[in-house]
Amino acid sequence: MSVSQTTFRAALLDPSAAVPDGLWDAAERPAGRRFSVYRNNVAVSLTEAMHQAFPVITQLLGSQNMDGLAGLFLRKHPPSSPLMMFYGEEFPEFLAGMEQLSHLGYLADVARLELALRRSYHSADSQAAPPDALAIPPEEIVLAKLEFAPSLKVLRSDWPLFSIWRFNSEDGAPKPAPGSEDILITRPEFDPAPHLLPKGGADWIAHIQAGLTIGEAFEHTSAEFPEFDLGATLALLLQGGAITSVSIERLAT
Amino acid sequence: MLDSSRQSNRLPAAPGVGYKPQHYDQILDHAHPVGWLEIHAENYMGDGGRPLAQLRHLSEKFPISVHGVGLSIGGEGPLDPDHLARLKHLVGWLNPASFSEHLAWSTHDSHFLNDLLPLPYTDETLERICAHIDQVQETVGRQMLLENPSSYLAFEESSWSEPDFLREIARRTGCGLLLDVNNVFVSATNLDFSPQSYIDAYPLNNVHEIHLGGHDEDEDDHGRPLLIDSHGREVVDPVWALLDYVLDRSGPKPVLIEWDTDVPDWSVLRAEADRAQAALDRIPA
Ligand SMILES: [Fe+2]
Repeated sequence: MSVSQTTFRAALLDPSAAVPDGLWDAAERPAGRRFSVYRNNVAVSLTEAMHQAFPVITQLLGSQNMDGLAGLFLRKHPPSSPLMMFYGEEFPEFLAGMEQLSHLGYLADVARLELALRRSYHSADSQAAPPDALAIPPEEIVLAKLEFAPSLKVLRSDWPLFSIWRFNSEDGAPKPAPGSEDILITRPEFDPAPHLLPKGGADWIAHIQAGLTIGEAFEHTSAEFPEFDLGATLALLLQGGAITSVSIERLAT
Repeated sequence: MLDSSRQSNRLPAAPGVGYKPQHYDQILDHAHPVGWLEIHAENYMGDGGRPLAQLRHLSEKFPISVHGVGLSIGGEGPLDPDHLARLKHLVGWLNPASFSEHLAWSTHDSHFLNDLLPLPYTDETLERICAHIDQVQETVGRQMLLENPSSYLAFEESSWSEPDFLREIARRTGCGLLLDVNNVFVSATNLDFSPQSYIDAYPLNNVHEIHLGGHDEDEDDHGRPLLIDSHGREVVDPVWALLDYVLDRSGPKPVLIEWDTDVPDWSVLRAEADRAQAALDRIPA
């Protein structure tokens, strides 16, 4: 009796399935509980990985609920690569699809934030532009194009995502008020940190990433968000070491 | 078959420990911490950030052993080319003192199960594993070591003993072996054989590294002891005794303490490494 890996895996991921024939103990009796060791290893290690990957979700739901959710998730979405540092890509969507959690609509966005923080943590290193790189006359600043660090991440949310994050990870942080908040993640050295982006900041960053100059991006952004605060957005980026290069194409004279 | 000039295992015959980031400062502050460090390859396959910075720094001070846990050498399907490329990249820039993987499978149909799963020891498995090891050694450009698993059950279809199976793999591929002494003890207890006769049958000449770790105790359906390789506590006395039995026959080898869950303070891990040093000191040079 041979046991294929297809058979083995199916029984591993389904606790109600029978232990495959052809697996036994030293006295040639059916493996029984011995097979459960592997079942357990898989479930426990992946559940543990989910706790580590989504600490704020775990805190919001409680550890036991997280165990239950992770158990459902890992059977539906086993890791697709041995890089466990990126496990859980599908978790936000999975949470959004959970009927029982529909009263906590912001959970999926919190999971997206935790994923983005992890991606930022493992992003390639980069050298920040010197702090005075933007200490240039305003008429030149508008012509400048910027490049960002690979560890920069932007999240848009219909929820007060930054306030929810702070409330659940900082002692004494204020209770979140209704509203929508976008987040900028920067990683000055090795530790990524989320920051609240000014309204329109996410759009402005996207325009810069698409290759527009600071001035062009500002015009596009303030057409939709008249209150857009360019100075505050640039300050967040500079403080986070997220700008890696400033280039100015001077007009031919 | 790998030509023997590419063996390049440079681990010292001294104690090493599995590196955990929480011990980073103590390892660097300590005047004589340990002889070498082992890392799990998959934790250093990101693009940058703290893990790689720490590894770069540690590798300037310690011989590093790269221990893969995700290649699925025993998988029925082909090896994951992306993962193989990542291993090649890591081994390429780090130029570690040793590179090892497991006699196990963990990926099937591109699903990674995050555990070292068991294999039947048949001619068919042997062919497949040898082909995979050839591919790994060719791609990575150096010898790999293959580690014996801890077993909780046996396959009816197996026709080889584990030591013979490993000996044949080493003979055909030119790979080296990583002998996990705790795994031998765990398998021997679980499958009712003598750990000493396993060692007697094992090709100790091909061993370039030894592993030691702690295990948990459970029972099977018939009330028989079922040991579980948990790497979450001290190495037990009978495993230390089995290490002596091995070292008496193999001579000095690099000995690693593995502690992966409930990771203790540095001092506890260091005490285990000291005990490994004492075992090495016992044997005549
Ligand atoms: Fe091991």
